[in-house]
Amino acid sequence: RHTRILLAHGGGGTLMHQLIERIFVPAFQGQPAGPLHDGAVLELRDRLAFTTDSYVVNPLFFPGGDIGKLAVCGTVNDLAMCGARPLCLSAGFILEEGFPIEDLRRIARSMREAADEAKVAIVTGDTKVVDRGKGDGLYINTAGIGLVAEGVRISPAAVRPGDVVLLNGDVGRHGVAILAAREGFQIETRLESDCAPLADAVLHLLDAGIEIHCLRDCTRGGLATTLVEIARDARLQIEIAEAAVPVLEETRGICEILGFDPLYVANEGRFAAFVAPADADRALDLLRAHPQGAGAGRIGVVSPDPSGLVVLQSGFGSGRILDMLSGEQLPRIC
Amino acid sequence: MCLATPGQILSIHGDDLLERTARVSFGGAVREVSLACLPEAQVGDYILAHVGFALSVVDEAEARQVFEYLKAMGAG
Amino acid sequence: MKYLDEYRDPGVARQYAAAIARMVTRPWTLMEVCGGQTHAILRFGLDQLLPPEIALLHGPGCPVCVTPVELIDKALALAARPEVILASYGDMLRVPGTSGSLLSVKAAGGDVRIVYSPTDAAALAERHSERQVVFFAVGFETTAPANAMAVLQAERKRLRNFSLLVSHMLVPPALEALLASPNCHVQGFLAAGHVCTVMGFREYEAIAREHRTPIVVTGFEPLDILQGVHMCVKQLEEGRAEVENQYARSVRPEGNRAAQEAIRRVFRVSDRRWRGIGDIPRSGLALREEYQEFDAERRFPFVSEVVARESPDCISGLILQGLRKPRECPAFAAACTPETPLGATMVSDEGACAAYYRHRRP
Repeated sequence: RHTRILLAHGGGGTLMHQLIERIFVPAFQGQPAGPLHDGAVLELRDRLAFTTDSYVVNPLFFPGGDIGKLAVCGTVNDLAMCGARPLCLSAGFILEEGFPIEDLRRIARSMREAADEAKVAIVTGDTKVVDRGKGDGLYINTAGIGLVAEGVRISPAAVRPGDVVLLNGDVGRHGVAILAAREGFQIETRLESDCAPLADAVLHLLDAGIEIHCLRDCTRGGLATTLVEIARDARLQIEIAEAAVPVLEETRGICEILGFDPLYVANEGRFAAFVAPADADRALDLLRAHPQGAGAGRIGVVSPDPSGLVVLQSGFGSGRILDMLSGEQLPRIC
Repeated sequence: MCLATPGQILSIHGDDLLERTARVSFGGAVREVSLACLPEAQVGDYILAHVGFALSVVDEAEARQVFEYLKAMGAG
Repeated sequence: MKYLDEYRDPGVARQYAAAIARMVTRPWTLMEVCGGQTHAILRFGLDQLLPPEIALLHGPGCPVCVTPVELIDKALALAARPEVILASYGDMLRVPGTSGSLLSVKAAGGDVRIVYSPTDAAALAERHSERQVVFFAVGFETTAPANAMAVLQAERKRLRNFSLLVSHMLVPPALEALLASPNCHVQGFLAAGHVCTVMGFREYEAIAREHRTPIVVTGFEPLDILQGVHMCVKQLEEGRAEVENQYARSVRPEGNRAAQEAIRRVFRVSDRRWRGIGDIPRSGLALREEYQEFDAERRFPFVSEVVARESPDCISGLILQGLRKPRECPAFAAACTPETPLGATMVSDEGACAAYYRHRRP
């Protein structure tokens, strides 16, 4: 009985099949797609949303989640941002020789829990093993398929002047929770990653007939980067009230020590929604009534100015233009 | 050139002057900060920390003068 | 957060701006010395709150901007050595040397690690006794005590594999150099609050008297900066030139004795080259003779062969001295962007060029 991944586990032989039988089948059992072989065959008739993503988070386990939960939620959320009802996922594992099998079991289980919560099935997968030292324990690549109902047209091109920008909760928690858990910064915090599936919250709005023009989850680069991307693509100006963007006190504390701006810190359970003004209040009430939107707020509005800029109103001067950072924020002393 | 953040001392450890450290809360997040350059710091004090070192105890009275100065200007 | 939020009140900020507008009778040019102050000014749009008569120039108080290219190149050379772990504050990773930066050396296989505190760098040496840990010790008087403590800690633990590549600067000599230059039109300074938290402000009194220039020791939050501007402009309008302490909640006149003692014990004052400004006598710190074993330039003599060259079309020196604005540089937002920085003032978020690029109107 092996406690660690061996190169042989990637060799397509009995050890690999044992791994699949002992780890993946129990975790992903009862999925509608039936036996696990090369591909799952699905009969679909509606418009399809299709996405892919890779997960290389360090550390693999962090307060509020792990790489497995992150992989499922991230994929589900990408589909949700197209206004799609997520249907099924694939999961490809790249394992490093020596990776503890118990950790793999834990990760597979948390993928199953996240999939159940998001009402999606993990229908096909793959496993490869690389030499020790050639990988960072475990990488996961996913793909996801979702069904987009008729008439749902969600993209930056659909954004209109006057649209209201809603945000479903506080920002920056995931990024600082990961950093605090990473060796080298020794920051103790009760903060947990906001990692969560968002499809249900989005469908909650769509099913209530809310006119949503654009959606985007605020992952790497944070809320600011998401808004800059959309403003550029929509060629409209987005005006944001900084005071309206919720940031937890503890998140601010860590950002202050490291010299980070919370608007640029990564999230894994937050999205911005651009909603027709007439539906804004109703959408906000619906969101706040949903578990993934308890902290929701109205953070800004789209103006007709074709500048394609994001202007942050801090309440002091006439507003500061937000830009994209050239890379990840690095802790700074000045 | 120097980002220093205010935080409150929750507890102090170590007796050797150079090794003395404090657990400091920054909005609820806690990090260990060296008191090697601030021997007079006490539990409950607010200090300014830069690269993991406490450099000053925040003076409670002085902390309000930014507002008192303005009132004096307004009256003037 | 206590002692932060109350100094970020927009309403009080507008009252300060109004009080300044009531008092000012003619144009004044001030310089905020510290990059952290520049960051607050641009992040909160304070320049837009101030009356048009007040011009704020961004000063040289940012280690990313003034660390000489020679030292960047030495750090790059050390980081490329297989036996070295190069520990650095995050600020320095994107700073361009003659060719490449610490990030590009890391991508090519160099072991470059970000540390939050100098004692973390010493801890790295303790954990990796088989490697040579070199800590890129940059900063001004505020960071010097912490860097000194890392040396004292390493000495106590007899760490043979720990050394510092020192690039420490002192503020007063830089202000003197700025004021001495003929085309300097800075009329008043907002001095760096955290530098003075360590050093106190006695050493600025001679500068204020000699150059008849008011110096107000100022903090980093919006209300600190606005009060600092008010106090400085008030002096100018009344023809006074003194040192005043706006940041009294942290700065005592004599500073932090224990921190000064730590600096004196490990470092001595030395001549220093400032990137973009040039050599300023007695404007920096170097390791004392008794701590030479911790000097990376002694431990790795090959670094002295580094030949450094500044990008010819970068005018960061003129910008640092307040003689040019970023928009007046031909390379600005063209050849020179945050992704392709020619000079350090475009790399640091505090650098004037990066700040203008990020917050510019088209």
